[in-house]
Amino acid sequence: MSNHNTNKMTPEEMLELAKQDLKTGVGRSVKHESAAKQVSGEAVYIDDRLEFPNQLHVYARMSERAHARITKLDVSPCYEFSGVAIAITAQDVPGQLDIGAVLPGDPLLADGLVEFVGQPVLAVAADDQETARKAAMAAIVEYEDLTPVLTVEEALEKGNYVSESHTHKRGDSETALLNAKHRAQGSVHIGGQEHFYLETQISSVVPTEDGGMIVYTSTQNPTEVQKLVAEVLGVPFNKVVIDMRRMGGGFGGKETQAAGPACISAVIAKLTGRPTKMRLPRMEDMMMTGKRHPFFNSYDVGFDDEGRLTGVEMKLAGNCGYSPDLSNSIVDRAMFHSDNGYYLGDATVTGIRCKTNLASNTAYRGFGGPQGLITPEIILDDIARRLGKDPLEVRKANLYGEEGRNITHYYQTVEDNQLPEMIAELETSSDYQQRREEISAYNRNSPVLKKGLALTPVKFGISFTATFLNQAGALIHIYTDGSIHLNHGGTEMGQGLNTKVAQIVAEEFQVDINTIQCTATNTDKVPNTSPTAASSGADLNGKAAQNAAQTIKKRLVEFAANHFKVTEEDVSFSNNHVLIRDEILPFAEFIQLAYFHQISLSSTGFYRTPKIYYDRDQARGRPFYYFAYGAACSEVIIDTLTGEYKILRADILHDVGASLNPAIDIGQIEGAFVQGAGWLTSEELVWNKQGRLMTSGPAGYKIPAIADMPIDFRTQLVENRKNQEDTVFHSKAVGEPPFMLGISVFCAIKDAIASVADYRVSPAIDAPATPERVLWAVEALKQEKSSNQSVLSEHTETTEPVPA
Amino acid sequence: MIRFLLNRELKEEQDIDPNMTVLNYLRNHAAKPGTKEGCASGDCGACTVVLAELKESSPTPTLEYKSINSCLTFVSALQGKQLITVEDLKHQNKLHPAQQSMVDCHGSQCGFCTPGFVMSMFALGKNIGTPEKEDIQEALAGNLCRCTGYRPIIDAANAMFDDSLYSDAASDKFDRDEQKTITDLQRIREYQINESASLNQGNKSSFNPRNIDELADLYVQYPHARLLAGGTDLALEVTQMHRELEILIYLGDIDELKQINVDSKQIELGAAASLTRCYESLCGDYPDFGELLHRFASLQIRNQGTLGGNIGNASPIGDSPPALIALGAQIVLRKGTETRTLKLEDYFIDYKVTAQQESEFIEKVILPRAAQNGEFRSYKISKRLDDDISAVLACFNITIKQGQVKDAIIAFGGMAAIPKRANLCEQALIGKEWNQKTLEQAVAALKEDFAPIDDFRATKEYRMLTAQNLLRRYFIEIESPEVETRVTAYV
Repeated sequence: MSNHNTNKMTPEEMLELAKQDLKTGVGRSVKHESAAKQVSGEAVYIDDRLEFPNQLHVYARMSERAHARITKLDVSPCYEFSGVAIAITAQDVPGQLDIGAVLPGDPLLADGLVEFVGQPVLAVAADDQETARKAAMAAIVEYEDLTPVLTVEEALEKGNYVSESHTHKRGDSETALLNAKHRAQGSVHIGGQEHFYLETQISSVVPTEDGGMIVYTSTQNPTEVQKLVAEVLGVPFNKVVIDMRRMGGGFGGKETQAAGPACISAVIAKLTGRPTKMRLPRMEDMMMTGKRHPFFNSYDVGFDDEGRLTGVEMKLAGNCGYSPDLSNSIVDRAMFHSDNGYYLGDATVTGIRCKTNLASNTAYRGFGGPQGLITPEIILDDIARRLGKDPLEVRKANLYGEEGRNITHYYQTVEDNQLPEMIAELETSSDYQQRREEISAYNRNSPVLKKGLALTPVKFGISFTATFLNQAGALIHIYTDGSIHLNHGGTEMGQGLNTKVAQIVAEEFQVDINTIQCTATNTDKVPNTSPTAASSGADLNGKAAQNAAQTIKKRLVEFAANHFKVTEEDVSFSNNHVLIRDEILPFAEFIQLAYFHQISLSSTGFYRTPKIYYDRDQARGRPFYYFAYGAACSEVIIDTLTGEYKILRADILHDVGASLNPAIDIGQIEGAFVQGAGWLTSEELVWNKQGRLMTSGPAGYKIPAIADMPIDFRTQLVENRKNQEDTVFHSKAVGEPPFMLGISVFCAIKDAIASVADYRVSPAIDAPATPERVLWAVEALKQEKSSNQSVLSEHTETTEPVPA
Repeated sequence: MIRFLLNRELKEEQDIDPNMTVLNYLRNHAAKPGTKEGCASGDCGACTVVLAELKESSPTPTLEYKSINSCLTFVSALQGKQLITVEDLKHQNKLHPAQQSMVDCHGSQCGFCTPGFVMSMFALGKNIGTPEKEDIQEALAGNLCRCTGYRPIIDAANAMFDDSLYSDAASDKFDRDEQKTITDLQRIREYQINESASLNQGNKSSFNPRNIDELADLYVQYPHARLLAGGTDLALEVTQMHRELEILIYLGDIDELKQINVDSKQIELGAAASLTRCYESLCGDYPDFGELLHRFASLQIRNQGTLGGNIGNASPIGDSPPALIALGAQIVLRKGTETRTLKLEDYFIDYKVTAQQESEFIEKVILPRAAQNGEFRSYKISKRLDDDISAVLACFNITIKQGQVKDAIIAFGGMAAIPKRANLCEQALIGKEWNQKTLEQAVAALKEDFAPIDDFRATKEYRMLTAQNLLRRYFIEIESPEVETRVTAYV
């Protein structure tokens, strides 16, 4: 070991530096760690890795039927193609066939039965993907059709469920409804959503000498892929290593859905002894993998003259597709968010898990929360129209409040409710009232185009509702030159997690972030990780890394106190230096000193979230450590002749506690808003009568493009508001909550439509509000208006109070 | 042999699958994986690269830079051009302003779409000194990002032009090397004078004829060859339908086919002129055609795609045919040495069936100038405003004199198996008073003209009601120009 880093600075100069703030620590808008590589094409995604000379490419043949028995399956024609190494079916899987995430139900390859169009039936490996595809298509597959169930209504009618229903119940909603001054009923279809991560599902697998596998895979859940690969191979978990550097987008779509390609590749690697790669072409990805759950939600609510809810009964029916996957927790989260930020009064909320013959729907940003949370927004719009009030007024009247109005329908107390303040602030900063008047004036004078405005809040619960998942690990090494190697259990999918965790470690050691290298998430570095999901990435892994850093720091402080004969309080770290009473050393020099005195410079870290629990039998608990809040005010313009529309302006105020990185947080908020708006506007999934997804590519499935973002887009973080809980540097999770800010766009479109009938009728419109749905809603209101011109009072869905 | 510059390196390729896309060439042959595959169908822009080519008929040679989708471009289209990818932009280890501004503005999150955005921004920088907001939107409309919501990318596209931030914002290494590149491309062109370019592998060939006569001869020789212009539709047969195209004839090297001539009476558009160039010649006479072309796919597609291709593929949902029909366009078809002229509406016979004979190709499209037409409007309806396929496309060319309808040509896309005129609707208008009553009669006649279908883009009921409402919109726009009728005015 040579000591060639001679320090040129005087102690005075060093002291001067040490007094300055660290420029790349917590709270700074540090740039994404991969940005410079991403813009130059140097960032390596799995498909960019150099291939091995004997590498195989895998293609899975998909079921053409939604529900059928396989009567014949013959892969011998596959071998007639030159370059084909192997064709496998369910029978060739050496270990366990099922790769269900929580409950069984997801065979790796169909085992005699297909349950959706797109289900992998067989897989072929060849020298290149096109040969594998041709060969796979040459296999003989014969089916005997069974009756498919393709819609939620059909599943409800037939009692076709992937698992049992669950109910939250507080008070006596039945009596509350009977006694209500006013009452409204309704139902709404909420569409699903394709993740459309730009990088499709991909895994690349290399067999090891121990009968195991190194798996390079684009996954949010390395530990689960490790477990499933081990299980399909029939080997212990310790034979399988997962390596995950970065994903080209995840959004929940790579929480469970990455496992299929990884396991198929691993089985073929095992059977052939050759490295394999399986990358799904876009259409196959869209047909084979699950999406956001479509929901069919119905409600019956009672309310008073102020529009305040007194009783609520809601049924939330999730379309789970053919298998349970994560649907239990997803429908639960829809239920947990069926209040959004509102006190529901006496409430009964039931979540139903419908089984249909579609791809198994899965995690997607918000995890069922958005589908639950939009329901009260629709209800409050309905109430406002009925009472002739501005929907914002009705929203404000229903917010959680002081004692007596601060307990959710699952008995968690809302302790730090920021919504009243935030809504007031946004109402002012967005000029809501003035614009409301301007819009009314515009609409009176504009016969074709109509404008709409809506301000909607978000309250989103943070923590995995499967409580045990709220844990994380990390690993830090400091090398003798002072450079730091960092690993944690989370995965980088673009959200800036590696950057935030590195900032936390930088802050702890008071060193520049460019001295910290965060490398690929790897199951042999940090084991038994939870998926990077539920917005928890920075909360959990940041704390775990902080714990590792603090462990090392404690040793260093003890060492310094001993070595320099000072107290531990005399030792401090500041801007790349270590101060030891009157001494000052550059961090690197101090580390070297510690090394020579045999101090361990490596540590793991661990974290588990405190306070949380949920008793599912009682449907009570505190499933969430805290809530994240946001509010958005959107203005749209619609064309009443065609249903086309455009978002004119969006103002967002969002709560991230004390931000770890404002630029990254704003990036999450804006991106989530646009994705949420896309979910409720142009992103329409259409299946044909045979259960085949017709919008199976970007030509038919339209995610927002650049012209779809609001023309005027203003995003603010709530300032000076730390998380009251002891989260990492009192920050808050940010991945999912702002997705639901997009609901303001949906409500603004409804507001614009409502103008057609003078805001007296709440337009009935399912999501997504495509131009076609907008036009039909406009037409319905035009008819309503003309038929009710004279007898408007006759129109009412009101059920007048029934004497008890 | 195909010759082109891969950045600054001369490439001579002979034994390459003529069905290979530039994207696969880069990733699998040239070991340049920076360019990404997001969809392989030209819809997401992740694979965007830039082609620099000698500017057609320019007195002092200059380079023209175009962003294109490499997933829809066959290697033969690289002949005589410089291919620039995201890996090529750095200079002496320093990021290009199009890259550094993306870093500085936090424009990349997952980073998978980023190389495509960077290349679209690079092309924008090469084409426009200081872009307006609309220029940026247009340049980036064909690039999808799922993470950012676009705001920071727009910021980056603005910032990259700021020379107070980036010292090479005004002039980069491509400008400094421009003369060398021009010389190299001219040399390639000289090679081609002696030897026409082609690719062959196995049973597949592709030819790059140098002039119309060569093309006519080749097409007679290979009547089952597929004509490759922009390839933005044809390439999908390879990448999405997994077909093998045995013989390809690439039209991009034929200058005569790319010419655009405008005189006082008519506009002549060569069949292989890019849609971007057609737009420039049409938006003056027909601003609505301009707006339509703006929403016609993405800039990458318009840089490659051609009017001839949009007609020749005979899609019922192609965007230009209804507009061209409504404007009274004619096409010139050629076979061998014979040419004939046909009204465009007579070209379309049935679903994907045209009047084109074996070995016959479209040479040019001829349109009258605006003065000879009535009030022209075209309206595109789609789920998403930009880069989407029309559910309905309506084009109206109505001449009104002294309150009377003198003439009406009305054509629709998306309403029938072919782009089609609304004959009964026209009859309900012609010779009548231009008033509400006539309008409603014409609206009603559309139900007799068309029986549209349901698909994932729209139901038949929506198509019909929208078609009718678009005629109503036309009436409002003509009669009450003060009334706002288009949300697209707000984009």
